[in-house]
Amino acid sequence: MSWKDKLKTFAAQYPGMLIGMDIGSTTAKIVVIDDGEIVWQKYERHFSQVRTKAVELVEEALPAIGDKEFYVAISGSAGLGLAKAAGAAFVQEVFATGGAVEVLEPETDVVVELGGEDAKLIFFRGGMDERMNGSCAGGTGAFIDQMATLLSVSVEELDELSLNSTRIYPIASRCGVFAKSDIQPLLNQGARKEDIAVSIYQAVVDQTIAGLAQGRRIEGHVMFLGGPLHYCRGLRNRFRESLKLSDEDAVFPEYGRFAVAMGAAFYAARQKAGRCDAQQLLAALRKAAAAQPPMARANPLFASRAEYEEFLSRHAGAGAESVIPSQYEGPAYLGIDCGSTTTKLVLITDDGKLLFSFYGPNRANPADVVKEQLLRIYGEVVTPSQGRIHIAGSAVTGYGEDLIRTAFHLDSGLVETMAHYAAARFFDPEVDFIIDIGGQDMKCLSIKNNAIDSIILNEACSSGCGSFIETFAKALGYPIAEFARLGLFAEHPVDLGSRCTVFMNSSVKQAQKDGADVTQISAGLSQSIVKNALYKVLRVKRAEDIGRHIVVQGGTFLNDAVLRSFELEIGAEVTRPQIAGLMGAFGAALHAKALGLEKSSVLDPEQTAAFSQTSKSITCGGCTNHCPITVMKFSDGSRFVSGNKCDKGGLAAIGSANKPRELPNIYRYKREKLTALAESCRDTGFGAAGRYTIGLPMSLGMFELAPLWHAIFSKLGFRLMMTGFSDKKLYAKGQYTIPSDTACYPAKLMHGHVRLLAKQGADAVFYPCLTYNILEDNEGDNNYNCPVVAYYSEVLSGNMDLGGGCRFIYPYLNINDDKVLASGLYDCLSAEFPDAGMTLSAVRSAVRAGKKAYSDWMKDIRSEGLKALEYARSNGLDIIVLCGRPYHVDSGICQGMDQLAESLGYVVVSEDCVADIESPVHTVVINQWIYHARLYNAAKYVSLHDDCQLVQLVSFGCGLDAITTDEVRSILEANGKLYTQIKIDEISNLGAARIRLRSMAGALEEQRSAKGLR
Amino acid sequence: MQKDFVEYTYDRVIFTEEMRKEYTIIAPTMLPLHFTLLGEVFRRHGYNMVMLDNEEKSAVDTGVCYVHNDACYPAICVIGQLMEALLSGKYDVHKTAVLITQTGGGCRASNYISMLRKALARAGLEFVPILSLNIAGLEKQPGFRLDLPIIKELMQCVLYGDLLMSLRNQCLVREVHKGETEALTEKWLADLSDMMARGQKYKDVKATMYRIAADYAKIERGPEVVRVGIVGEIYVKYSPLGNNKLERFMHREGAETVVPGLLDFCFYCVYNNVLDNRLYGMRRYSKTVWKIASKYLMDKKRDMIAAAESAGFFMTSSYEHLLEIADRYGIVGMGMKMGEGWLLATEMLELCSMGVKNIVCTQPFGCLPNHIVGKGMMRPVKEAFPEANIVAIDYDPGASRINQDNRLKLMLANAKL
Repeated sequence: MSWKDKLKTFAAQYPGMLIGMDIGSTTAKIVVIDDGEIVWQKYERHFSQVRTKAVELVEEALPAIGDKEFYVAISGSAGLGLAKAAGAAFVQEVFATGGAVEVLEPETDVVVELGGEDAKLIFFRGGMDERMNGSCAGGTGAFIDQMATLLSVSVEELDELSLNSTRIYPIASRCGVFAKSDIQPLLNQGARKEDIAVSIYQAVVDQTIAGLAQGRRIEGHVMFLGGPLHYCRGLRNRFRESLKLSDEDAVFPEYGRFAVAMGAAFYAARQKAGRCDAQQLLAALRKAAAAQPPMARANPLFASRAEYEEFLSRHAGAGAESVIPSQYEGPAYLGIDCGSTTTKLVLITDDGKLLFSFYGPNRANPADVVKEQLLRIYGEVVTPSQGRIHIAGSAVTGYGEDLIRTAFHLDSGLVETMAHYAAARFFDPEVDFIIDIGGQDMKCLSIKNNAIDSIILNEACSSGCGSFIETFAKALGYPIAEFARLGLFAEHPVDLGSRCTVFMNSSVKQAQKDGADVTQISAGLSQSIVKNALYKVLRVKRAEDIGRHIVVQGGTFLNDAVLRSFELEIGAEVTRPQIAGLMGAFGAALHAKALGLEKSSVLDPEQTAAFSQTSKSITCGGCTNHCPITVMKFSDGSRFVSGNKCDKGGLAAIGSANKPRELPNIYRYKREKLTALAESCRDTGFGAAGRYTIGLPMSLGMFELAPLWHAIFSKLGFRLMMTGFSDKKLYAKGQYTIPSDTACYPAKLMHGHVRLLAKQGADAVFYPCLTYNILEDNEGDNNYNCPVVAYYSEVLSGNMDLGGGCRFIYPYLNINDDKVLASGLYDCLSAEFPDAGMTLSAVRSAVRAGKKAYSDWMKDIRSEGLKALEYARSNGLDIIVLCGRPYHVDSGICQGMDQLAESLGYVVVSEDCVADIESPVHTVVINQWIYHARLYNAAKYVSLHDDCQLVQLVSFGCGLDAITTDEVRSILEANGKLYTQIKIDEISNLGAARIRLRSMAGALEEQRSAKGLR
Repeated sequence: MQKDFVEYTYDRVIFTEEMRKEYTIIAPTMLPLHFTLLGEVFRRHGYNMVMLDNEEKSAVDTGVCYVHNDACYPAICVIGQLMEALLSGKYDVHKTAVLITQTGGGCRASNYISMLRKALARAGLEFVPILSLNIAGLEKQPGFRLDLPIIKELMQCVLYGDLLMSLRNQCLVREVHKGETEALTEKWLADLSDMMARGQKYKDVKATMYRIAADYAKIERGPEVVRVGIVGEIYVKYSPLGNNKLERFMHREGAETVVPGLLDFCFYCVYNNVLDNRLYGMRRYSKTVWKIASKYLMDKKRDMIAAAESAGFFMTSSYEHLLEIADRYGIVGMGMKMGEGWLLATEMLELCSMGVKNIVCTQPFGCLPNHIVGKGMMRPVKEAFPEANIVAIDYDPGASRINQDNRLKLMLANAKL
């Protein structure tokens, strides 16, 4: 029976006319059903004009409706406010979907519905269960839109591209902003658009599985609904393949886009809701459209035209002078800023005047843009000057630094933070604070004593500032300049909150629901971006905290609405150089000048004209990271490799002065030790207990306690099995059993480890609940583990079916007290394995052996750390104390940060190596977690040594680090040290980390030269 | 290379015995009913206590300005409420102290006090003394002591508060004559405030509880409606500021809310010390005290249940029963004692077993313990009670209300099935 027949059957019971409206976050839909026949349907974007669009939809449907009476209900995330204002019946959209499926496709087991910003899963079997995306899982339809914009293609073209892909890149699946941070470097590195397109779809699929299924498998007869799944064939393929569904079981109904609207109509019929005729409905909707609903409002950006004029004239002051090339003779310096979304070029004179400048999108291929513009420089400036002007130096900065430098043979590259500082100093020699908001990045530099004192980069969760506003403008149907202008004089900007862009998306949704128009949204977005920058990234409280000489720059500040919002928010006037968008390039040019060269090595006009590139994706076999890398070949035969996490695998071609050399690296040392321990599991097992294999998942606290449990169990005769370090594949193994997608990545990896152990035939997986960790001599206030390390077993046990006779053992133990530990373990083991011949005395002696093994292990690591420090000092090398938790040594978690630091020439030690060298530090915060106490002590050690720098690794979602990061920073800053933080997650984006580490090195260099050292 | 270490530190402001006489102490409000009464007890014992009632979004905005953005939402709300009051000009900041609670547990909440300290310093108010309300002996102040008589009286307030909250919820949505329930609640709150201001023997408290229940029983009520249990992280579970007035939302939707009381959380905190001894061999010397305290709370809860039931009202179960449920289903170990720990999961089971199958589990976005006992336990709870209808709601400064409302509506739509 086709769905049309089923509709007829429904009509037999509920005859007459039914109307359903579905007002989503980006689109509005209407369905008119008359006696089981769809007589009208329409699907349109509403461009935030929710209420007027609703009126329009009904007006357009008038011919089909005629003068009949009908039942009507409204559904959809933006429909609630409308329904309330119009006094119409409202049905929650998931509920509506459920109703539609029940009528049209009752054999369905699961519905996957993707909307503009919502993702939903409905399970029909085994107790109806509905899931909607939480506040962190960003939109999907809107996300695809945003990604298409990023690739400069339409959504249709994106789909077309995805069908011709050859490989899938791992792209973070948790929220849109993360994914974007993954895609950007891929783009800049020249990965194929086809492959990126399909990877975007895969990310959407992963997000649905990980974020929504939360431990339930999507299987059986699965129906896919919603706009994106209707339009994107590539996305359908990804779903079908990822869920391993047959063609019969994956249902993509033709009414997919209208399912919610139809569900609303069915609901109206069943509830006998909203009986009226078209004129009555229209009247109610028009009334709603006319009503101005209450909403959080902010003050306007400008109270008057005059205020705007004053603002404009004030900002007209700070400019870089331009000179006409024909009036200049002498050396010229080329600066390129190859940013995440835009490419900027300047050519300056000896005294910093502009001969040429360019600012434009890099259209996903920055090398092409640079080639084009370089040819223009030659054609318009250099060649016509007949030798008066020659390029004496060239430098590049930004995301694409390595690529452009290699491709065009530039003289130098520098990290963008240093470039921005150089440029800002040119305009205001007294500058003490720089904030740069670009398309994707936010950078803030505070300057003390003519050197960069601290650097704040945006974390992955709030990036996408500038391009975000652009995407929004596009989604609402306006060019960005027009969109910004509209906001300038909005009387009541909407208040959109100050959190990351994903939250803003739903805030905009709310504003739309409340009937805000585009001018109010535009102004609100500008204010939001500023608040985001100030409170989320910078965390400033008052203007005087950030500085007196503030220079703002970056393309986003060219938007007057943003600039104005910024000044209003901090209550101070700032300097915006007219070349705000070119500051990186300008700084690079100043840097090129400072090189003091006679002639630049940049490609000459002929070489530039002949320049071309080809790219190829391969998997690097250099080490166990197996990085997916992209190799680009240029017409002159030079190669550029990107995507790698280290300099191994013949990748010295990057052009970096840092040749790969092996330096002491405690992270590596720990990994080697753990690998050896895991290998020694082969030799375990004897006697009665030997028939059982116990699996130890290498995750969370196990990284440090493995020697303890290993020794205890092997002494007792059990056979042991340990998992290795994690990777994406391992994560995917357990992904669908994760109930809380905002837990930290190391915790979520646990699911994969446990699954792997069960699959490899362990009889039991052991990960005990440890409220308290082993007490260390650090005079902390308490010795807790963090709640996740302590109790994650509860989640695993409650949400995973291990199958195959494998059980999960997680007793609550006190590992500080040998006696209590032994009796707790004995109780547990003798109950779990009655025939393993456990005796209390045997367990006691095993515990003693375990404690010894543990303390030997820790001592060995500490002494290796001391050796590393000695090595550094006798070789004059700088040291990075890479601070994290024990599990950060996992190559799948730390994402090669230690190797990166090593490749930049640092000796790497971990926090525990230096934590007990100095006397314990007194903290302002309650020092109650063992792992964190080490951080504070390490900060003290670093404070005391000029050759040490501290870099803190933070897992996204680690709530405790909100406390530790502040404290560690405060300890360091009280001692005049730089604080560097790297947030890591499943995203494998080394770009941002590299900027941080290089900025740190650059800032250090400046600080030292300011102090006259070195 | 060696140089001198500059200690990053602060001067702890001492709250002296003298200050107690002339200072105003301001405290954030979590449960409006309970905290009104708590204020009376403190005033009776010579503290000039003010329970703050600034509950608008501006308090959260202030919090965002003064607290680390990744800090948990309750910290932002609580500190925001305090800072907003301090900066409002309503209080002489040189004659004001702030009060904050501390659990001493393994979650971030124990560190609110250091966040508050940093916030005060940032606002140039580092001279404001901070008082900590806790039973773990943290942050002692000479002018602020919790002795047994005060603690006992505070417990009485908790009893009254829990009872009023529960009876009010059972009448509010179903009352036939609109406004009757709120009027009665106001009346009793005023009467109880007087009683607490004078001090009361427990015998009288018990009798009063029966009178309260009898009064509420006189309210004429319509047919039964959908009942929705509210569990979760303690602050966002209770505080209207923290949960966007969740209870009011539910009442408007015509649902009766069932909110397990504050006494339950007190019991949980006390009983964990008994468990520490049982599981980890800790607290060998104090275990008897903790056992006595647990027993004391068990008795009180039974009295409250008896009072409610005497007038035909419903009450969440006794602690004996709660422990039995935890044991019977065993979905989370009793050693899980951070945040709301085993109590949260057990409350969900308890509600289900009492027929309250619709549950909102509230949590601050990114709350670590709730990853485990909230979201992490939904599947096991649903396995034990397949008809359970549970929704998890995240709260944080940026979370849009529509997302929350939408999810709540979805839950309610299922509840009406």
